[in-house]
Amino acid sequence: MAEMTMIQAITDAMRTELKNDENVLVYGEDVGQNGGVFRATEGLQDEFGEDRVFDTPLAESGIGGLSLGLALQGFRPVMEIQFFGFVYEAMDAINGQMARIRYRSGGTQNAPVTIRAPFGGGVHTPELHADSLEGLIAQQPGIRVVIPSTPYDAKGLLISAIRNNDPVLFLEHMKLYRSFRGEVPEEEYTVELDKADVKREGNDVTIVAYGAMVHTALKAAEELEKDGVDAEVIDLRTVSPIDVDTIIESVEKTNHVVVAQEAQRQAGVAATVVSEIQERAILHLEAPVLRVTAPDTVYAFSDAEEVWLPTHKDIIEQVNKVMNY
Amino acid sequence: MKHVLESVESQFEMFQILNEEGKIVNEDDMPDLSDEELKELMRRMVYTRVLDQRSIALNRQGRLGFYAPTAGQEASQLGSQFALEKEDFLLPAYRDVPQLIWQGLPLYQAFLFSKGHFHGNQFPEGMDALSPQIIIGAQYVQTAGVALGIKKRGKKAVAVTYTGDGGTSQGDFYEGINFAGAYNAPAIFFVQNNYFAISVPVEKQSAAKTLAQKSVAAGIEGIQVDGMDVLAVYAVTKNARERAINGDGPMLIETLTYRYGPHTMSGDDPTRYRTDDLNDEWEKKDPLVRFRTFLESKDLWSEEEENKVIEEAKEDIKKAIKEADKYPKQTVTDLINNMYDELPPNLQEQLEQFKEKESK
Repeated sequence: MAEMTMIQAITDAMRTELKNDENVLVYGEDVGQNGGVFRATEGLQDEFGEDRVFDTPLAESGIGGLSLGLALQGFRPVMEIQFFGFVYEAMDAINGQMARIRYRSGGTQNAPVTIRAPFGGGVHTPELHADSLEGLIAQQPGIRVVIPSTPYDAKGLLISAIRNNDPVLFLEHMKLYRSFRGEVPEEEYTVELDKADVKREGNDVTIVAYGAMVHTALKAAEELEKDGVDAEVIDLRTVSPIDVDTIIESVEKTNHVVVAQEAQRQAGVAATVVSEIQERAILHLEAPVLRVTAPDTVYAFSDAEEVWLPTHKDIIEQVNKVMNY
Repeated sequence: MKHVLESVESQFEMFQILNEEGKIVNEDDMPDLSDEELKELMRRMVYTRVLDQRSIALNRQGRLGFYAPTAGQEASQLGSQFALEKEDFLLPAYRDVPQLIWQGLPLYQAFLFSKGHFHGNQFPEGMDALSPQIIIGAQYVQTAGVALGIKKRGKKAVAVTYTGDGGTSQGDFYEGINFAGAYNAPAIFFVQNNYFAISVPVEKQSAAKTLAQKSVAAGIEGIQVDGMDVLAVYAVTKNARERAINGDGPMLIETLTYRYGPHTMSGDDPTRYRTDDLNDEWEKKDPLVRFRTFLESKDLWSEEEENKVIEEAKEDIKKAIKEADKYPKQTVTDLINNMYDELPPNLQEQLEQFKEKESK
């Protein structure tokens, strides 16, 4: 067992699959000799050669189209979008093309493409470098959206994503890249897609979160414990489709729920979680399900960033509301 | 300070072999085709013209779905496809169903595509293609990917795609030719310039005098060809294919052509943007008329032979539309089952709901 940062775990996952399957290709802007702007692909070109790990011209739609084309020649592309805010350039390639190819071809063609991209706030980037745009892709049938919160999950989920026969968007929260280390087996292993994970067990309230918010929720849970509130924290891990069963099982135990996301409030993942809960377990609820989200503005890429982003205090406040309803 | 635009543009002259009168004007570039192959080209153009006429009629009777007429573009579509091999990968746009048919798509499946049935896109074993692209330009970036894949696999094949004059305004057009150029990938990019993107004339689409010259920016070869001259289109495609397979890189081919009919059968009225005079001018350039004149001058074609092809086409179409009508209808449960390799729980639940709904 090694101690790794999340970015090391991500590199390790790509290295594992580049070794395992000669059809795996890794590419994107600055991905080759430079190793990616976050160094996620550090050393991979030297190890596997320019035929397998390579730079692309600077055009996100082109990279997306390239991936579908390579998939049609039997490759298993792992493409990087340098910052997920640039996804608007590739929306047709992803939602209009990759996610639809299986349906369009009546199951005779598929796009086993993994799209990796850094996202999320709190690291003082310029505009369109920090947005939580997972909801844009989560609404598209035919593609999964996976967001790890720990180095262990990152490696196992990324290997699963690469091996999956359908497109997977794999979003890496920038704040988690190097903020802590975790135990990661050096050998290969997978973490199942479409499955949430209980990151902290508790009996009084369920906090549903994903990405960096899992850590914010865990911090909130620690503080709440001091006040005698025993919180359970669920990490969605796959935000599309959502693992409803794990959530409902928890809700039936705790009867109180807060859903936290870093994204803006409207039409997001949290809204879907709330809907599923009220449709399936309303009689188990002792209070309305409350959300913790960013406000419905564009991302605050400025001095206001720290206030804009939800904090553990915001979560505690909402938990107290549902506990005292 | 040196201005180069005029001198660059002047390099792009229309390539032609057979002129409007059916005379060979460029003996040097005459492709090496047997009499049988020449006749086959004519047969395919006549057959496809009949298919277009019948498809329009069937559409008006409500027996087809989406249909984009092809008459006028036969030389551009079929001359290019005739130069391809079975192992080549075709990425057509929505008007390019004839190329798919001659590449191996059974006619009844072409009709099913028109009706929006996914079986229209389930290609026979050994046929490499994507279904006709709806998003203008998306096929160009995909072609770069297919071509790079072909190169990585070391196959002797090319990826071939088509768009129209309007398509050259899209970002994906530039990204596609640029990626293919940067990777020196075996791709052939067609621009079928029929002068109107629905209603917008090509002069309003771009300041470029030719669309072929857009290749220069990507650092790849480009050529403008008479798209009503089946021999010229064939010769240029054959050359592009040989170059690509030899590792000499992709090529952009602009075919100057014309669609006689509306943009699609979904309500477009070309009298709003084209004059009868313009239509007459283009009908004089008709690809079938000039090729027929050429073949007759070589005693390779007759009215009898043409009538035989017309009857054969009508018979095939009649059978194919019956087969398409008979084919099991697409269901929502089919759709659900074709979304993922492994159905996630949300869709498993929805599958049960729709199985029940569709059994009623």
